[in-house]
Amino acid sequence: MSNQPGLYEETIKGIWRENPVFVQMLGLCPALAVTNSAINGFAMGAASTFVLVGSSLLVSMFRNLIPKQVRITTFIIIIATFVTVADLSLQAFTPLLHKELGAFIALIVVNCLILGRQEAFASRNRLPYAVGDAAGMAGGFTIALIMVGGIREILGSGSFFGVPLFGDNFEPWVIMILPPGGFLTLGVLLIVFASVKKRSDKRKQVRLES
Amino acid sequence: MPTENRAGPIRLVVTLGLAGLFSGLVLVSVFLATQPLIKRNQVEALEAAIYRVLPGAETRKVFVEQDGKLVEAQSADGVEAVFAGYDPGGKLVGYGIPAAGGGFQDIISLIYGYDPYEKQIIGMQVLESKETPGLGDKIIKDQNFLDDFKALKVEPEILVVAPGTGADANEVDSISGATISSKAVVKIINQGNEKWRKLIDEKTESEGQAE
Amino acid sequence: MEYFWIFISAAIINNFTLAYFLGLCPFFGVSKKIDTAFRLGLANIFVMLITSVCAWFLDTYILHYAPYLRLMTYIVVIASTVQFVEMTIKKLSPTLFKALGLFLPLITTNCAILFLALTQTSKGYSFFEGIFYALGAGSGLTLALVLMAGIREEAEISEVPDVLKGAAMSFLIAGILSMAFMGFAGLFSGA
Repeated sequence: MSNQPGLYEETIKGIWRENPVFVQMLGLCPALAVTNSAINGFAMGAASTFVLVGSSLLVSMFRNLIPKQVRITTFIIIIATFVTVADLSLQAFTPLLHKELGAFIALIVVNCLILGRQEAFASRNRLPYAVGDAAGMAGGFTIALIMVGGIREILGSGSFFGVPLFGDNFEPWVIMILPPGGFLTLGVLLIVFASVKKRSDKRKQVRLES
Repeated sequence: MPTENRAGPIRLVVTLGLAGLFSGLVLVSVFLATQPLIKRNQVEALEAAIYRVLPGAETRKVFVEQDGKLVEAQSADGVEAVFAGYDPGGKLVGYGIPAAGGGFQDIISLIYGYDPYEKQIIGMQVLESKETPGLGDKIIKDQNFLDDFKALKVEPEILVVAPGTGADANEVDSISGATISSKAVVKIINQGNEKWRKLIDEKTESEGQAE
Repeated sequence: MEYFWIFISAAIINNFTLAYFLGLCPFFGVSKKIDTAFRLGLANIFVMLITSVCAWFLDTYILHYAPYLRLMTYIVVIASTVQFVEMTIKKLSPTLFKALGLFLPLITTNCAILFLALTQTSKGYSFFEGIFYALGAGSGLTLALVLMAGIREEAEISEVPDVLKGAAMSFLIAGILSMAFMGFAGLFSGA
């Protein structure tokens, strides 16, 4: 592994360049289903972070002991354990959030992002890199969720993290906190990011040519 | 790197077995550790709801149906039950009746207080609903709507009428823009009454005669 | 009659994809051709049916004693079912297997299936109610997949600005489809 990028690069890539939601298009189900408010998006991101980092840690630790044929099943067992722990903990310590997120906490187990990272990275790399990769991906995921949740909450409820932003006369754009709003928000965000990328690519091109 | 050579079947079974064992241990311990907290949260939520729909009540008892009669029970775990609330003097305030049914979007779950002496509803609280935010979910917040349930006669039947026209004691004004959700709430309460009212009224009468 | 409403509710009113955001990976990844979309939908229905039955048995007889094992057992059942379906299709119809290719293993991570099992349990559906629920949910999923594939097939041959191409456009289309399906919401109250 001579050309392997440093720990910093492996961690930071998940935040933007290989952002799970905006670039890799993984973990879409929770990204849209529980982002009707910023706090819900944050909670789902936090729970997913717990599962992803924990699973990557264990998978990396035992990567040389897990036979190839049963690796997917073993990954799933590990992931499901962490998810159940997260589910029970949320139910015990934050029952209101648990009700808001509902069945989607359990669905973290089929979040293609988590299984994907185990298969593609954690099972093939040393502990610090695996944890770094997991943390970066989870961070990028959480940021994406807060962004989508924040936009939907601002437009659909007139608040941000529960704090009302506009006066009483603000007529909320209710559709934003309903399912179509989720699709539309993500679609618009993708358009914005695509335009930004296009301009920055063009700028790099111009710089190269001059 | 996961082992490249084909591992023998024993190795596979052992790996999965160990993983399962480890997982099982973790889950059992976390489950046992969190159960008391989870149960307490559930009880607190239910208690808060019961006392809100039975104003003045400070203590409660659980009642379930047994052989066509209302019988006191230790807990409501896993069975359908109603909750009798008593004021500090020990007098019956009313029965908190949980009920659920279809709303506009999905199931609405609520609890309402029934006073068997006056034969009226004395409170209603929506516990769970997925009604449209800003429209149907007004059944949770609209104070006028909720006030309609503070002294609502149940005989012969609770009726829903257009907003502003509810003059009779057994009528509820629907919320404009949330007609279906309002009607659903009343329908759910009527169904709850069909189920429990006879049992409760019979019990109350027999208690009255016993005194 | 109840069964009919469970079916319609899961298929259209509370469409798993357009209302509950489930099954999005195949929805956005696969749906470029109506043909594949339809076949994947059918495979999903089949897996959902088996999962529903297994989940019912597990829940009724075993999970009483260890509710915290629910997630684990359900996901293992789903993974095994998909494996089994894959092997069966490979044997029975190699052409179909080739057509579906990589999409089959993806059914395991299709959140729709796990969601089906979990909500079937939490709603307390009986054996047959669960079956109609699975049929409805699967049909709804297939419907969404086919609609999306049809629209995207058209979009392939139209002029589309660069920034919209690909994912962004799919999401906007999905948003509009979702809005259209919201129109079905009031149907349930008739039940």
